[in-house]
Amino acid sequence: MSESNKNSAGVNWLFKMAWRDFKASAGKLSLFMVSIILGVAAIVSIQSFGETLKENIALQSKSLMGADFKIDSDSKLTEEAQLIVDSLGGADAQEISFSSMALFPKNEATKLMQVRGISGGFPFYGALETDPVAAGKNFKTQEGALVDATVMLQLDIKVGDSIKIGAVQLPVLGGLTNVPGSNAVFSAIAPPVVIPYKYIEKTGLVQLGSRIDYEFYFNAPQVDMEHLERAVGKRLDEAKADLDTHTSTSERLGRRYENFGKFLNLVGFIALLLGCVGIASATTIYIREKLKSVAVLKCLGATRLQAFLIYLIQIGVLGFVGGILGTLAGLLLQQLFPVLLEGLLPVDVEISISWPVIALGIFIGTFMSVLFAMYPLLSTLNVSPLQTLRVTEYDNKQSRKTGIGVSLAILVFIFLFAFWLLDDLKYAASFLAGIVVVFGILGAVARFFMRLLRRYFPESWSFTSRQSLRNLFRPRNQTVVLVLAIGVGSFLISTLYFTKDILLAQANLDSSANQANMILLDVQRDQMSQVAQTLTKNDLKPIDQIPIVTMRVHSINDRSAVAIKTDTASGVNRWILNHEFRTTYRDSLIASEILQEGRFTSRVASEDKVIPISVSNNFAEDAQVAVGDKVTFNVQGRLLETEIGSIRLVDWSRMQLNFSIVFPAGVLEKAPQFGVITTQVPDTETSAAIQRILVTDYANISILDLRQVLTVIEELLTKISYIINFMAFFSILIGIIVLLGAVRTSKYQRIRESVLLRTMGAKSKQILRIQGLEYLYLGILGSLSGILLSLLGSMLLAYFAFDTGFVPSWVPFVVLLPGITLLVLFIGLSNSRSVIKSSPLEVLRKEGV
Amino acid sequence: MTSILEISNLEKSYTSGSKKLTVLEDINFSITERQTFAIVGPSGSGKTTLLGLCAGLDKPDSGSVVLNGTELSSLSEDERAVLRNKYVGFVFQDFQLLPTLTALENVAVPLELQGSKNAYSKAKELLIKVGLGDRGDHYPSQLSGGEQQRIALARAFANDPKILFADEPTGNLDAETGEKVVKLLFELNKELGTTLVLVTHDMELAKKTQNILTIRGGKIANLTSAV
Repeated sequence: MSESNKNSAGVNWLFKMAWRDFKASAGKLSLFMVSIILGVAAIVSIQSFGETLKENIALQSKSLMGADFKIDSDSKLTEEAQLIVDSLGGADAQEISFSSMALFPKNEATKLMQVRGISGGFPFYGALETDPVAAGKNFKTQEGALVDATVMLQLDIKVGDSIKIGAVQLPVLGGLTNVPGSNAVFSAIAPPVVIPYKYIEKTGLVQLGSRIDYEFYFNAPQVDMEHLERAVGKRLDEAKADLDTHTSTSERLGRRYENFGKFLNLVGFIALLLGCVGIASATTIYIREKLKSVAVLKCLGATRLQAFLIYLIQIGVLGFVGGILGTLAGLLLQQLFPVLLEGLLPVDVEISISWPVIALGIFIGTFMSVLFAMYPLLSTLNVSPLQTLRVTEYDNKQSRKTGIGVSLAILVFIFLFAFWLLDDLKYAASFLAGIVVVFGILGAVARFFMRLLRRYFPESWSFTSRQSLRNLFRPRNQTVVLVLAIGVGSFLISTLYFTKDILLAQANLDSSANQANMILLDVQRDQMSQVAQTLTKNDLKPIDQIPIVTMRVHSINDRSAVAIKTDTASGVNRWILNHEFRTTYRDSLIASEILQEGRFTSRVASEDKVIPISVSNNFAEDAQVAVGDKVTFNVQGRLLETEIGSIRLVDWSRMQLNFSIVFPAGVLEKAPQFGVITTQVPDTETSAAIQRILVTDYANISILDLRQVLTVIEELLTKISYIINFMAFFSILIGIIVLLGAVRTSKYQRIRESVLLRTMGAKSKQILRIQGLEYLYLGILGSLSGILLSLLGSMLLAYFAFDTGFVPSWVPFVVLLPGITLLVLFIGLSNSRSVIKSSPLEVLRKEGV
Repeated sequence: MTSILEISNLEKSYTSGSKKLTVLEDINFSITERQTFAIVGPSGSGKTTLLGLCAGLDKPDSGSVVLNGTELSSLSEDERAVLRNKYVGFVFQDFQLLPTLTALENVAVPLELQGSKNAYSKAKELLIKVGLGDRGDHYPSQLSGGEQQRIALARAFANDPKILFADEPTGNLDAETGEKVVKLLFELNKELGTTLVLVTHDMELAKKTQNILTIRGGKIANLTSAV
């Protein structure tokens, strides 16, 4: 019978049937189209912008660094490092940079700035962009300074005014708008000032405790960067210097933005998933209306596969077209991103077209459509031709099996796509788990609510109130679908709000009296008491006076740093061996520290041989040491044997000075050291006044006003939140589509019921009340569960990941909850309009019920 | 004359919850080619179930249905579909036109499924035959009930079926329109030499056929032959 189980209609006929069917019902698939277009647009815009940014960073990598490569060190070059620099033909330009206070004598304004002394032809690529333009080229010959243009504007400094850095006073030649090698975020805290190299020494600021970077730039376009890395990278590492090529720098920069991109990608992916819920619900309605036609087709001789394919082709082609339209929309939308992220991007972004992203958009459109439409589509296979004669029951067992199969396929896809976006199995699994948990909890809430209603049904309520409640748990109700659609949307949007709250709570300063909001850095030992007195004289209380001793790791458990570095099997992190640690000594723990292991030693007699120190948990992890292990430090030439006495859990996010290594009192008091003093200033005026006094008297001291830093962080978060809100807007839009779809799913059933009630004499008001109340319950239940779930999630996140409490924003409760509820009510009631306005018979005929 | 449909010892039951409900029991009859045959009985007697089984739309619990020499229970659902496409025509009480296809396209579907190259021209001919030659571009929703049933008749005869099953063909029509449709049905049937199996509870209509099978409570109560 193998020949006869086929009829002669070929693929052409399938396409013809698909087209005929689609042509007559195109309007019914508009929700489907909008869902897929918005979903694809969300993911394509982010992906495409990410690719564009990566491309631009790579293209502009040389101008980002200003050279082909550089060798840098946080101290003067060692002999070995100098030899390597010489072997490379010597540096073409040099730079010494450090943070310092700058004073503008014109109005006595002060500002913490990044001083960059530059020699030679740097930058070799890109330019020092200045106003006037000529200043960038002439500053070395004319012997003046180029000052960050924003600072000039803020402090009302004009070209020709002067700037005082340490002992040097120079005329301001121009405003600096862009300089290769400056970090946008850091520049916001310490904006750059560029001066000729030869004045660096004269500032008198290069002294103990100053954080100074020495940079050697090379203009060598012919050098193969990978080859160079292999040849000198390791040697330089051992010689306490670093090699940075333009390619590695741009890759690092690219990665930094990639992390932010990954987060946005996830938000986009959630928008896409919401779109997919829209696809599933739109296809369910569509196919449900087609089942009768499927039965007729089978009756006339179409096979199961043919009937299935007619609708699969429609969905596939629509997904394909939706993918193309969504991709186009995404490409247009990405033009907005540079505007939204202005000032945060390291390069001027020229939007380009990325073909892989276009292919991705079209693939995602087609694949997601088919995948999420598969469950309703598969139901066509089980339709019996007998349906033409009478309504029969479906094979529930079969549909349960297909349901499980399709759900598994969807979960696998979500996991794989998340993995592709995040490149981390654990994160992808967590994302998937998060999605499952949110959907699971919302579904459970809806089911629990229905059970509760059945059990404690308020029999005494009025007819309309009872009827609206009954609608929530009657057969084929939409309670679960609607609570999911409304809940997921509300969850997403409120999570965005709460996360912002957490981040701000993290950064927020405690205004209590003992919380420092000004930090004086690089105070020399002999200046400590005088500076403290100056503060006191100006009615400011020095809160902490923290001594700082710099040192490097010499050996761990009697293995020298050099030996560990050469051991390829060693798991000790490089930074432990290369870093110059700024350590302190004190007799107690501070608020941001918790003792994790061992015993904190407050004080020792200086003659003790092995000193018990306390290290932070991340130091212990990276250095692979535990309590009892031995670490020898090189304290400016003198070796100091220590033992890990305790390990502390340090909250680095607190805006205060934290240390990896803390010595007990009684050991380092005589070592060469400098200090940090913290104080609290009540307002901006006092802050400006004390900064002026300190800069005039102690030029070497850098002053960090934490409130200014906080303003910078807030500005940063505001900017980031623009783009997050933009993506959230997408989710809301798709959420509305999903909602429309879910409401429409039950439209015919509701209309039939309303018409029957109308026939039996129900007034418009009563019908509206029944439906209105039902949607009101659904709106409140869905949005409230979403918001509460998000609040719970955010609190757990704050507690476990950020170790902070936060005051949740009221916006989700005051704006989102009523907003979404009203929206649901509006969409739901607009469904009943036709019932109320027309006669029952007219409605039945029009709606084809 | 050769038999087109042979039914032997047919049984069909449905389970509702834990209860088994026997709908048809011990049904035996056969229909010879070109005959007209009516299945009558009160509502719930099992006549529509019998029609479904005869046309291969459903499978019996036991017994056999031999349609045009083929035992249906040995065929898969798709094989039965192909058999229907070749030899069977249908007319339903509620017309069952595909709402998204025009009248002409509806009539052409059985022919297109056969891979016929002149599906449209034959469909047009049939539309003219049922008096709706000018309504080919109309969608079902743009046609009256009577017109829809005439389109359904044209579709039923499109594949030159050997046997045509009609389930209450006038059930959704007013008396006058119903009469016209019945007239057309019998005319076409005669002209094309098709076997007609009619399910109805309208005895007047049943009397127009050569054989009347009466079913009551799932069993054959009577089989009369006018010939």
